Amino acid sequence: MMERKDLYSITALFDTPDEIVNAVESVQREGYTKYDVNTPYPVHGLDIKMKLNPSKLGYFALVFGLTGTITALFFMWWSMSKDYPLVIGGKPFFALPAFIPVTFELTVLLASIGTVLTMLFFYFRLPNLSHPLHDTDYMRSVSNDKFGISIEAGDSLFEKDRVNKLFERLGAKTIGEIYFDEEEKSKKPKIFEPKFIIFLLLTALIISGASYFTLNKMLYMAPFNWMVTQEKDTPQSHSKFFADGFGMRNPVPGTVARGAMPYIFKGQPDLAGEKLVNPFNPDEKTLAIGKKKFNIYCSPCHGNFAKGDARLNGQFPNPPSLHSDKVRNWSDGRIFAVITEGQNIMPSYAQQLTADERWAVILYVRALQRAVNAREDDLK
Amino acid sequence: MSETKFTLDYQRREIPSKARNAGLVFTALGLLIVVISYIVNPERTAFNSIIGSSFLLSIGLLSLFLIALEYLAGAVWSVVFRRITEFLSTVIFVVPILAIPFLLNINSVFHWTHTDTVAKDAILSHKSPYLNTTFFFARLTFMFLIWWLFYFIFTRNSKKQDSTFDQALTKRNARFGAVFMPLFAVTITIAAIDWLMSLEPHWFSTIFGVYYFSGSLLAALAATTFAAVRMADLDLFGIKIKSDHYYSLGALMFAFTNFWAYIAFSQFMLIWYANLPEETFWFMNRWEGSWKYITLGLIVFRFIVPYILILSQPSKKDPKRLKLAAIWILFTHYYDLYWLVMPNYSKSGIAFSWYELGYPLLCIGILLLVFTMRAKGNNLLPVGDPKLKRSIDFHL
Repeated sequence: MMERKDLYSITALFDTPDEIVNAVESVQREGYTKYDVNTPYPVHGLDIKMKLNPSKLGYFALVFGLTGTITALFFMWWSMSKDYPLVIGGKPFFALPAFIPVTFELTVLLASIGTVLTMLFFYFRLPNLSHPLHDTDYMRSVSNDKFGISIEAGDSLFEKDRVNKLFERLGAKTIGEIYFDEEEKSKKPKIFEPKFIIFLLLTALIISGASYFTLNKMLYMAPFNWMVTQEKDTPQSHSKFFADGFGMRNPVPGTVARGAMPYIFKGQPDLAGEKLVNPFNPDEKTLAIGKKKFNIYCSPCHGNFAKGDARLNGQFPNPPSLHSDKVRNWSDGRIFAVITEGQNIMPSYAQQLTADERWAVILYVRALQRAVNAREDDLK
Repeated sequence: MSETKFTLDYQRREIPSKARNAGLVFTALGLLIVVISYIVNPERTAFNSIIGSSFLLSIGLLSLFLIALEYLAGAVWSVVFRRITEFLSTVIFVVPILAIPFLLNINSVFHWTHTDTVAKDAILSHKSPYLNTTFFFARLTFMFLIWWLFYFIFTRNSKKQDSTFDQALTKRNARFGAVFMPLFAVTITIAAIDWLMSLEPHWFSTIFGVYYFSGSLLAALAATTFAAVRMADLDLFGIKIKSDHYYSLGALMFAFTNFWAYIAFSQFMLIWYANLPEETFWFMNRWEGSWKYITLGLIVFRFIVPYILILSQPSKKDPKRLKLAAIWILFTHYYDLYWLVMPNYSKSGIAFSWYELGYPLLCIGILLLVFTMRAKGNNLLPVGDPKLKRSIDFHL
């Protein structure tokens, strides 16, 4: 029974690298273009004899590498200095030297993975796993100790007799014919091969399981947990070192937090009015802050224009207008004392407003007062 | 199997006298400037002398390293270039002469030599068992004796092989290479610490020896590459130098450009991160005033430019491009040393005028002179080397 088969190529095997180089020269001279050489190890100078173009893979590596560089730098810039800036070790938000190692790693990672994937998909034509030369005696020989050349039937100059004669003339030890495997030829390569999917799932399972075990279990076993127990006092712990037995220490008396100004006129608003001076000038920036803070914290009761006519009117003892002679004649320090400590039903706003913001609010209130009770010369 | 003996039909060719004449002119000019500048300003000349002698030491000592490395690794491709490295390594005999201006003015260059200051300074008095004048000169003598000794061993055996074709000499040199390597590692670290790092004796950096090594190896490779391309242009070898040879030189220069950047950045980043005052001041000195531009230039000139210049495969195979890269790398090595040394002379800002021109000219002149003098009466290929045939036929 004759089985109809498609011819893929005619192959020839040689014993030495010199013979294969010689054979390539002849095949090249005859004008064949669709042929390939298989050797058990890289034979020097073969690529030049075959007139192969330099590989384009390097450009893919460059593109993937630059992608890694840009991705790393962009993401670190965006996350560390744009979206969620954190001060780390007193370094600037965009701390380039600290980002360089990460950038380098991602460049190398993407370049290598990208290059390998390009090779697999473009050059090896994944997901196609089959090739007519696979699983043939020819392939077994050339991966052992023989040097093989195979001229494909798809070549425009291909004629069976001519190729056979050429190989005979070159002194080939074995000449053979390779056919397409009917089964493989009709089979379309699939990406969603069940075996492949199962493999992927298993890989995902193993990697996530291992990560879970490492991060949640292993790090709490000896010796990895040794860093957890250290010879030091933690907050709330009992100290054997200090006489009073407390692990936490009080700050040295008289310590002032950075940027904080202690308020020393508690319960003495008149003294505060006498001693305190507004450190700011009513410039545009200060007034903008004052307006913003006034509208947030003061206007619900005192009203947008400090006239004491806010929507809460009637629900509480009515808040006074700030345009009264009393308030207008108060010094800035006196108003500062009211905001800081509160007065009558008004609570202290020291928690909501920093000292600087309180001074800014006072300047804004002065501006509102001036708008209602303008001076003569303001009207000119 | 019959024994086939390879003998190269080698005709010795002479380097054109133009090279020697150019060397004489450069040396004379450089020497003139150095002498005048020494009379005018001995301190400044002493600092320049550190740069110049470190530069020549880089090329000489690292060429010796390349010779030892070739024997030790049994490298084949570089055999055709070994005479170049042998000739270049001869400059280690000239280095002490170039170093005279700073060795005479050791008191104005290194402030750890002032015993009264050291006694008052906690860090310096801790370091004084190492950093004292007697031990400094003892180390200097010891280092040069070792280098000279191994220079004589390697080159004598190599030359002897030209006439005797004795393969045992290669093996003997490989053994001496194994002895030389650890000694080399120790001595180059000592040299880097003594000559360059101790200019600022308060500073700490454990990577400094490697930093000097990485830059110096680049300089030696660049000098070798330049000589190889030039000699192939003039057809002095009598054989064809293949693109595979050039590619190997180019690949090494490219690799060590990256290595230098890696080491330089590692040194910087650790110091930047830890932010300890006794380490950061060294970089602050180079980041204040006009020195900032020199520092930024170092990154661009020494890493980015050569990186782009010889990144692609064709550029590593192109002799013209390699020659350009080699000259550039030699220039940047001098620039690097200038960056290491000169901020100690002038803390306020860049110091550059005619004083700084003497030593570069002198270095070029001496390299040319020594090379041509050694090449006279010597084969330009190690004709007796058993690996020569394979080296000539070298394929990647």
